[in-house]
Formats: sequence, structure tokens, C-alpha cells
Amino acid sequence: MSIEQFLSEQKDTILTKWFDLVLDTYPPDTAVFLKKQDNPFANPVGHTIREGMGHVLDELVRETPSGQIGVFLDNIIRIRAVQDLTPERALSFIFSLKEVVREALRTASHQPLPYDELLAFESRVDRLALLSFDIFVQCREKLYDIKANELRKMTFRLLQRVNDMDEDQEKKPDPAG
Amino acid sequence: MAKVTTPKPAELVTSIDLKPSAQQWMDIPTEIKPGTFCWGAKAKNLNIVEFPNARDWNPSEEDWKLPENWQEIFLTGMKNLLDKYRSFKVFMDICVRCGACADKCHFFIGSGDPKNMPVLRAELLRSVYRRYFTTSGKMLGKTAGARDLTIDVLKELWYYFYQCTECRRCSLFCPYGIDTAEITIMGRELMNQLGLNTDWISGPVANCYMKGNHLGLEPHAIMNSIEGMIDDIETITGIRINPSFNRKGAEILFVTPSGDLFADPGTFTCMGYLMLFHELGLDYTWSTYASEGGNFGFFTSNEMAKRLNSKIYAEAKRLGVKYIIGGECGHMWRVLTQYMDTWNGPADFLEVPVSPITGTRFDTSRSTKMIHITEFTADLIKNGKLKLDPSRNDDLIVTYHDSCNTSRGMGLLDEPRYIIRNVCNHFHEMPENTIREQTFCCGSGTGLNASENMELRMRGGFPRANAVKFVKDRHGVNMLANICAIDRATLSASMDYWVPGVRVTGVHEMVANALIMKGEKERETNLRGEPLPGKEGN
Repeated sequence: MSIEQFLSEQKDTILTKWFDLVLDTYPPDTAVFLKKQDNPFANPVGHTIREGMGHVLDELVRETPSGQIGVFLDNIIRIRAVQDLTPERALSFIFSLKEVVREALRTASHQPLPYDELLAFESRVDRLALLSFDIFVQCREKLYDIKANELRKMTFRLLQRVNDMDEDQEKKPDPAG
Repeated sequence: MAKVTTPKPAELVTSIDLKPSAQQWMDIPTEIKPGTFCWGAKAKNLNIVEFPNARDWNPSEEDWKLPENWQEIFLTGMKNLLDKYRSFKVFMDICVRCGACADKCHFFIGSGDPKNMPVLRAELLRSVYRRYFTTSGKMLGKTAGARDLTIDVLKELWYYFYQCTECRRCSLFCPYGIDTAEITIMGRELMNQLGLNTDWISGPVANCYMKGNHLGLEPHAIMNSIEGMIDDIETITGIRINPSFNRKGAEILFVTPSGDLFADPGTFTCMGYLMLFHELGLDYTWSTYASEGGNFGFFTSNEMAKRLNSKIYAEAKRLGVKYIIGGECGHMWRVLTQYMDTWNGPADFLEVPVSPITGTRFDTSRSTKMIHITEFTADLIKNGKLKLDPSRNDDLIVTYHDSCNTSRGMGLLDEPRYIIRNVCNHFHEMPENTIREQTFCCGSGTGLNASENMELRMRGGFPRANAVKFVKDRHGVNMLANICAIDRATLSASMDYWVPGVRVTGVHEMVANALIMKGEKERETNLRGEPLPGKEGN
């Protein structure tokens, strides 16, 4: 059995355990809400994160990746980049996938996987982590852009009027001749 | 040379703590974190309106420069509020902590911070109430859910009462009808007595008190700004509009939030008002004194809100108008419909609003004498008084965001939708539990629309944005309509972060784009100067 087959077969169990580890990064009362509220509009954080993680898992086992993995990661990280989480805590969920898969392999009753397969899989998770750093930084930079743009918008019309008036002034013939 | 000590690898790893504290809320200290709070008020702005304990202070510093007797001021203030407002006392007493409100707040949903659950946010203050105003709390202390008012408790109260937008979504689900927004209002009143206002609120309050509007625009600046819009309208339609300012004897006074005068996309909404009124030949006037519909005083104290609001009736009286039409704004309307009449009324010198075009009498406003522009415009459309070409908005796939205050505060739900359906061909509602009475806040109301608290705004804005994303993915929605000046500004930022590709508009911008005006030239662009559908190649 390949690691891909193993992950496909165990997807639901792995996803649930992986999601539980993400919930551990939130306070206990919040974790209960994020886990139990099914409505995607009443619980957009829990829903988006769980759905995104499911897609990420699918992509990891797919023979020909769709190229969408960045989008799915973005949906998750965009949320965690503005929550009260340190960067390490915000992105820890990527690394916890390794723990979950190792644990699942230990407890599953089947032939052990070749060591190389596991290492190759973990390298894929590492690349996922690198991609996540990119996305996290992009989200933070976006926040600063938005702050700067708000300030610009506040004064744009005012400056436009002043500039227009300046231009009008320049167009007028100089009374001194 | 100083010896540099570097941590060992094992020490580095143990310093990474991935789990939050599982202690009880009272035992978890609150840390004032950047990105979450707004800067403290400046002394000069508080002095202008004679607010107490004015001083420059910084929330991120340890010393908030409080007056020595701050506890006495707080507790005396709380006693006065409990005596004055029976609702406040009831709300402090009757909560059974059923949790129905807990997961309804956009800040809790987006942040995951339990102290943003409305029940717990109120509990922050209730615990102080119990300690000083109930026998059980005085005797049993923590066992009875009571705690001392320490400096850390005060800072926690400040931090979380400025993480509530008074949107009242939680109140909708409370079986006891507790209005958590009112608890926040009381909390902020108490902060106000200690000079713990925010700069983003107190600056506009001082401006409004001195100049009549939040931006501090003087009459010539207001007229100049509108002049600029008139130039743009002439370029687009070929029609020159000549509105009047401070004209005595006009039939109607028009008041709108000053945000519409300067900040895009509010300016396009403002151009919409100008074009509509011109087309109708409405006998109306702008005022450069009552030049603000919004009321940031409402976010400081009841008395300040009343003082700022008084100019609207005073100006209506001075100009001798018959009634008032108000522009697209959110909290302005909660103030106008629920408070103005008792603060500064009765406005018996005005008449019940009657549309001069359709003859419709707006009895819902028979007391305040002030109607919302979407009520006025919906009535015009219903009576076939406007010539509209909705295909001019065919590039827009629109959804509508109910502002908290117009929906939950005054029940204005169907008029904006009726207008949108008549001026656009593509309209899609967001999911049921995110619109109308259950609408999610933009995340930045009640004076939280500063830039320094952007993380907080994005957290609070996520539930709304998530619903917009849903209709964008499903129907290709690219325009988010609303009738609130703060929404127009803050949802633009929220969309930029959460749902790029969706822009924000006021309803009357779309009205004006669709409006066929008498004598207009063939239009090539919309009010934003972008080519109309079918005119892209010109």
C-alpha cells in the first residue's frame, strides 16, 4: 500500500484528528463552538478551516494536483493571520499533520509503509509549510496596504480639489501681464 | 564585550506554546494588544466639549494617567446610571447565562476570544455590579461571580467595550430581550467619565460640535466638494445642477453623513442624491451647519449625542422647512428614530412628511418629521415617477448588506431591496441567517472604523464577508450595496482583504446610474467614470 492509498482510506479519521489539533489552539469554549456548529454562515471560521483542510489532504494524495492547494491554504491562513495568534501558533497546523499521520500509521493494522514513502510525504508537508509562510506574510502585508489605502482615500478628494484649483489658477492669465 | 547568551535548541522549542490557557475567565489577565484597540483621546478634543479628565494618554502604556479617585468616579457613575436607567439595572440582574447570545456576535465568531461572547462581555461589568451593588456579591465575592474593580479590571472593561459595535444581533436571540448594546453604551459612558475615550471618536465629536460635521468641514469646503461632484455630473450627463445651501423657505432640509461628501465610494452616492433631487425639481436645501447625519457623540455619552443631534431640528426651524429627508446612513437612523424625538423634540414646528411628487404621507415619521431617502425613493418608483434604465447597471451583480441600525434599529428592510430590484437586473440575496434582522455587522461600527485596530476589524468583518464570498462564488456577485456611510468605507476594506473583486456601493449611486434625466446627453460612463455596459469600446 502506498502512502496515498493509506491517506485516502483513512481520510476521515485523519481529518478529524488534524482538525481537533487546530481546535486546541483556541480556548476550550471556542473550540466547542468551532467544532459543533454545523451552519457554515453561523460558524464561518470552523467551517472554512475544516473544509480547507479536507481539500489540502485531497491535494496531497492526488496523482495530478489541481494547483489549487494555495487557494485552500489561503482560506485557512487568511483567518488565522488576523486572529490573536502568534505566527507560530497560526501556522502550527501544518506541522501537526505530520503528527497525525504518524500516529495513524502506528495504530493502523496493515503492513508497515516503506520508510522512504513516509519521508517523501513529510517533505511534501514541509513544502506546504514554506508555501504557508508566503501566504501568511502576504496576508499581513495586505493588512498594511489596507491601512495605507484608507488614509489615502480620506484625503484623495480633498487633494484632487486642491490640485484642480491650482491648475485653474495656473491657466488664468497673469494680471501683471 | 558583553557576553551574548543564545538559547539552546531544546529551550527554543519549549518556548513555543501552542495551547491557550484553560483557566476560568476571571483568572485570565487581559493583554492590550496592538491591532485590536484604537488610540486614546487627545486632551484638546475632550476639552472642546468639556468632557472630564481630559489628558493625552496611550492605551499601550502601563500608566493611563487616571485621576487618583478613579474608582470612586466609576462607581458613583455606575450608581447614577443604575438609578437613571431601569433597563440597565434589569440587564445587570436578569441574565441567566443561557448562552443563546454567545455565538451570535461577529467579534466572537471571527476572533474566537470568549470575552467577545456577549454574555461574557456583559459579565465583565456585571461582576463589578455584583461586588458593589448586590448583597450576595458584597458578602460572597468571587463565589457569587463578583470581583473588585482593580486597574486591570478597568483596562479589561475598556478593551472589550471597544470591541463591541452595538449592532444588537445578540439581543435578537436573547430570550429575556437583554439589549447588550445598551450595556456597552453604559460601559462607554463610564469610560467617558474617566477620560478614557478614543481618538477616532473624540476627534469627530469635537469637530461636529465646532463645525457641524465629523470631518470638520467648513461651509466653503462643503460647497466646494459638492461643486466638484456637480462638475463630474455635468461631464457624465451634460446637465448642470444648481443645489441650494442654507436656503430659508425651502420645503425640505436634506441631511446626510459627511462621509458622503469626501470619501469614495460615498461621494458617488452623494452624486446620486443630487441627480435624483434635480430630476424631481425638489424644493430642498443643504445645510452647511446641520451638515452631519451621523452622531459619534452617541458613542461617548447620552448627553453628548443629544447636544450634537440638536442642530438638526434647530436648523430645520431656522430655515423654516416643512420636514427633513435623511441620506444613507446607519447609526444616524437609530439615533433619529429612537432618540431624537425625546431628546430634542417635539418638532411641532414641522409637518408630517408628504412627498410633493406622489402625495404619499409618511405617517411612520409623523413624530420625528424625518424620512429616510430610501423610503422616499421607493415611493417614487412604486408610483411610476422615475424613468429608469436598469440595463445601465448590467455589469453589476449585486447583493445587499443590511446595516445593523437600519434593519434592527428601525426595521427598514424592504425599501432598499425594492429600489435595487428596480434599478438593477442582477440581484442575489445572501443566506437567510446573515441578512435582514439577522444581518452581520460590517465589523467596524460605533467608532471602531479607525485604521490602527485593523486586525479587530477584519475579525469582526469575517462573518459578513464569508456570506458575500458565498454569493460571489455561487452567482458571480461583484457589488455589495448598502445604505450606510460607515459600511461604504469599512466594507471596502473588508472586501479588499476577504473577498477581492467585490466592490461597495450606496443604493443611490445605482439609482442615479439608471435614472434617465430630462435633457441628458447619451451617457458613456457610470458615476465612477467607467464605461457603461455596451460602451466599452468608445
